[in-house]
Amino acid sequence: MQLPDGLVAVVKRDCPTCVLVEPVLRGLGAAVWCQDDPTWFDHDDTDLEFSYRLGIETVPTLLRVADGAETARAVGWSREQWELLTGVAGLGEGLPEHRPGCGSLSVDPSQVDALEARYGDGLASRRVELADLEDEHEALFDRGWTDGLPVVPPTPERVLRMLRGTTRDPGEVVAVVPPDLVPCTVEKVAVNAVMAGCLPEHLPVVLAALEAASAEEFALHGLLATTYFAGPVVVVNGPVAGRTGMNSGVNVLGQGNRANATIGRALQLVVRNVGGGRPGEVDRATLGNPGKYTFCFAEREQDSPFAPLAADRGVPGDAVTVFAGSGVQPVVDQLSRDPESLARSFAVCLRVNAHPKLPMAFDAMLVVSPEHGRVFREASWDRARLLAELDGLLRMPAGELVRGAGGMAEGLPPGTAADELPKFRPGGLLVIHAGGDAGLFSAVVGGWVAGETGSAPVTREVRA
Amino acid sequence: MRTVLDPTGERRAPARALLPRPASLRGRTVGLLDISKARGDVVLDRLEELLREDGVTVRRYRKPTFARIAPVDLRHEITEQCEVVIEALAD
Repeated sequence: MQLPDGLVAVVKRDCPTCVLVEPVLRGLGAAVWCQDDPTWFDHDDTDLEFSYRLGIETVPTLLRVADGAETARAVGWSREQWELLTGVAGLGEGLPEHRPGCGSLSVDPSQVDALEARYGDGLASRRVELADLEDEHEALFDRGWTDGLPVVPPTPERVLRMLRGTTRDPGEVVAVVPPDLVPCTVEKVAVNAVMAGCLPEHLPVVLAALEAASAEEFALHGLLATTYFAGPVVVVNGPVAGRTGMNSGVNVLGQGNRANATIGRALQLVVRNVGGGRPGEVDRATLGNPGKYTFCFAEREQDSPFAPLAADRGVPGDAVTVFAGSGVQPVVDQLSRDPESLARSFAVCLRVNAHPKLPMAFDAMLVVSPEHGRVFREASWDRARLLAELDGLLRMPAGELVRGAGGMAEGLPPGTAADELPKFRPGGLLVIHAGGDAGLFSAVVGGWVAGETGSAPVTREVRA
Repeated sequence: MRTVLDPTGERRAPARALLPRPASLRGRTVGLLDISKARGDVVLDRLEELLREDGVTVRRYRKPTFARIAPVDLRHEITEQCEVVIEALAD
């Protein structure tokens, strides 16, 4: 953009200070751009490009330009500053000494996103122009970009707004996303977060979830490709859960909370759109599970018998933990009032995870509700104590597990040396506190192939 | 005109054509890749028997786990040592 040498001003007719200084500007012979009335002065800036590129925040703004470059700037009307800038004495006879200006239209909150999208240089994604006759929601279905539900069209304005949710550079690579092993930038995550329905404040949680899910030990490629049910489950800890309005209470694993629903969905849309992981292609799930649309919730840290999950896993504060989860299995125990009895109920329900005769093969997540949690809290059982108890209760006699035992072909191959085997590998059972105040129910979220042969849970910090 | 941003990775994996199918396996080296699924060895053992009867040189390979992609070194090894590979999924 070439600026004319000499005096340059930006005004709007709706601004009383601009009207006040009109004779001064005309007397100085300044080149004047007007934001709201193309007929007022010689130059028209009703598209606000000139104002945007000059970073005008207030009108009137008066500039001095030499060799095409700005050398001085005065904002609003101030006789002293204008005289200094122009080198002309006795300006604006009869005017007050000083008048503040008005807000520039180029920083109006209703305009700023559109201007940045049009004139800014911040976005690298390919721009796709929809035809006039295309319904914008149908157009996104047609291009294969949705999970089967409608998405919010990711306009440049919306993506720019989303990017304000993080301090990270839009071009920063967050993760290399399988199955196509595509380097995924903050901007691409923002595009998919818009589509998922996220608010900007949700973006840091989505970024952390993607980092966690893309860690090698999480084995996202295999998780996507497997015929098994599982998909990523995101558990959020720390103050960020409350700040972003996440649900850790009533109906915590269900519908109705925007942050829970959209953060989990954004992660899955990144896998689909950036990674190229689509059902029927690389995703070969026999049955899948409804959580593959979205499965994300916050741990209920208040009144929990346990330390926050992420803190117990070495990341205190704002953090996400991803787990390869397969769906929700109810656990009912309305009579146990001591921790030993309740742990026994948990153990018998956990034993059936995947198959009662398969030890150490599949991980699980146990979601302990507040009414069940109270039993452990009042007995001063922390997570380690409950896990130790469950480990003892879930040692299974090898004879019951071999192929053919119990009249079932499924089971361990013959020749297993040990007398008994644990149901879960060390670290293969996650325990979380969440849910509504009332209800003596907990839940088992079945996992996937455990640990080094499959997926291990991963915890990562949520950064602003 | 409404504009949206492309949510995809904006790249397409290159499509590689398969090598032509050999008319006969006799005298060739065939790799048998066990992906570590239960009972994959049953089908591969039988295949090895049949291939050897046909005068095929057989080499056996195994992925550490079916749940993860094959390690790069293993893929290179198979590429360098074999003309044909058969992968057993089993279960």
